[in-house]
Amino acid sequence: MNYVMSFLIGGTICLIGQIVIDTFKKNNAYLLVALVVTGVILGYLGIYDKIVEIGHSGATVPLLGFGNSLAKGAMEEASSKGFMGALSGGIIKTAPGVAAALVFGYLVAVIFNPKGDK
Amino acid sequence: MKKIGKTYKIGGDVVIRDVYTIVGPKEGEGPLKDKFDMVITDDLWGEDSWEKCELKLQKTAVENLLNRNSLIRDNIDLIISGDLLNQITSSSFAARELEIPYIGVYGACSTMTLTMGLGALIIDGGFAENVVCVTSSHFCSAERQFRLPLEMGGQRHESAQWTVTGSAAVWLSNSGKGPKIKHVTFGKIVDLGVKDANNMGAAMAPAAYDSLNQHLQDTGINYDMIVTGDLGVIGKAIVNKMFNEDNNSIESKYDDCGTIIFDIEKQDVHAGGSGCGCSATVFGSFLYKKLLNNELKSLLFASTGALHSTTATLQGESIPGIAHCLGIEI
Amino acid sequence: MKYNKDNYQQVVDEITPKNKMLKNCIMAFIFGGAICVIGEFINDSFVSWLGITEDEASPMTSVVLVGISALLTGLGWYDKLGKIGGAGTVVPITGFANSVVSPALEFKREGYVLGTAANIFKLAGPVLLFGYLSSFVAGLLSMAFR
Repeated sequence: MNYVMSFLIGGTICLIGQIVIDTFKKNNAYLLVALVVTGVILGYLGIYDKIVEIGHSGATVPLLGFGNSLAKGAMEEASSKGFMGALSGGIIKTAPGVAAALVFGYLVAVIFNPKGDK
Repeated sequence: MKKIGKTYKIGGDVVIRDVYTIVGPKEGEGPLKDKFDMVITDDLWGEDSWEKCELKLQKTAVENLLNRNSLIRDNIDLIISGDLLNQITSSSFAARELEIPYIGVYGACSTMTLTMGLGALIIDGGFAENVVCVTSSHFCSAERQFRLPLEMGGQRHESAQWTVTGSAAVWLSNSGKGPKIKHVTFGKIVDLGVKDANNMGAAMAPAAYDSLNQHLQDTGINYDMIVTGDLGVIGKAIVNKMFNEDNNSIESKYDDCGTIIFDIEKQDVHAGGSGCGCSATVFGSFLYKKLLNNELKSLLFASTGALHSTTATLQGESIPGIAHCLGIEI
Repeated sequence: MKYNKDNYQQVVDEITPKNKMLKNCIMAFIFGGAICVIGEFINDSFVSWLGITEDEASPMTSVVLVGISALLTGLGWYDKLGKIGGAGTVVPITGFANSVVSPALEFKREGYVLGTAANIFKLAGPVLLFGYLSSFVAGLLSMAFR
């Protein structure tokens, strides 16, 4: 059941993303920024956790989930450490994913060569 | 030489003696595959970057053009070239190894007719006997300069065009046999406010219409064929619409290099080909041979360019379009 | 010419073909859903086979997905998937990883420091900036209205 819900919720979020791409014809960076900020807002309002309960990975894997983690991290740390927690909480919570992207990105750049065919 | 309206009428002979074309693998699989002089097998061609591959395309096109005609470098008075990359490095770096006096120009995708037009005027003015005009573009080097990294996932919009990988070198001379450049019209910049860098055809079409119209009015010649550079499907439709609305339809004899070089459906190039190399290689392989075979007696050839930059686009500027026309007759 | 900046856009809109939205949306749904299912499978594996808690498994899943995406980008396959899947490959965390790895790879010819390293956040930088900025605001707001 979790797999079915992951597929449906994850697919739906991506479908909304596709509508945004085809309607506004903007650089994908705008979409990614919008998703993360929306995730933070939904996380702050406590709405996104409910979506995660239903959709599991379908909600955590899209970038909205990244935004949700940011918000939760910042809010958790803020409640225990105050201002410094608000500043660093989001970064601490999401550090593994970002660090992985950096490390793997560098490794890939060293090992592979860019390919032109598309 | 004299000037009629905004068009230069070439008084003496400016003969297109030969054209050498090289294209990339994708173009080599297109409808014109048998007509190119050389098709490279991969997009690096033994070089270690796409930019270096592009300058090799230019350099090889010129060298093979000279060799095929038993010319030596000293026979050539001037080389005029341009390309799409910042500071036109492909052209300058290719010329660095050719040791021929060099003028680099930037006309975006209009470069082919810009360089040929300039060459024709210089020859007709008696300042040179032999001029080589060159241009090139490379899908990968253009893509990374103007758009996104190539490994970035995502879809191209339906209006997007595919930059042609290829180069053509044209030998212009004041003597000999071959099709002659009779009229040159340098276009003015026309910008009707298109800002979508994924719809270059629409951005350039008004400039193409303006220059073609100017040339046809100035010369009054009824050309066998009219060909624009790289408007693609969308730009071509707009140019046709504009002429039709003037009750001066050119539809039956009008085509666009961007729609000739690729099989648009099969090769998945959306709105068609673009880039300096597009009009250059289609002219060198397809149109020039039609002129040589007497299949065409006269050709109005207009490369079209979008003179924008990524910086200007990000700053919200619209895209200035330009088109330069050559009236070629046999 | 009878066209000007005011009436030309109308002509352009009329002639420019629309993106194939329905097809794109279906593919985005399938690809995006499939990537999330893979994520769920990885998450499940951590929890049920390695006995890792749900809370710890989630970031580990992200790391594995990022790793897979980086590898596919290096092999030159992710952009091919992206061509079919559209937003389905952009929206998941794998798309974020792709946006980090692709400039890193592409700019290696300009050197590892000023090429790869300087450009690695070329596309993902905006995501991180606005993500961290808004999470900071969320943290401050949560302190103000608890």
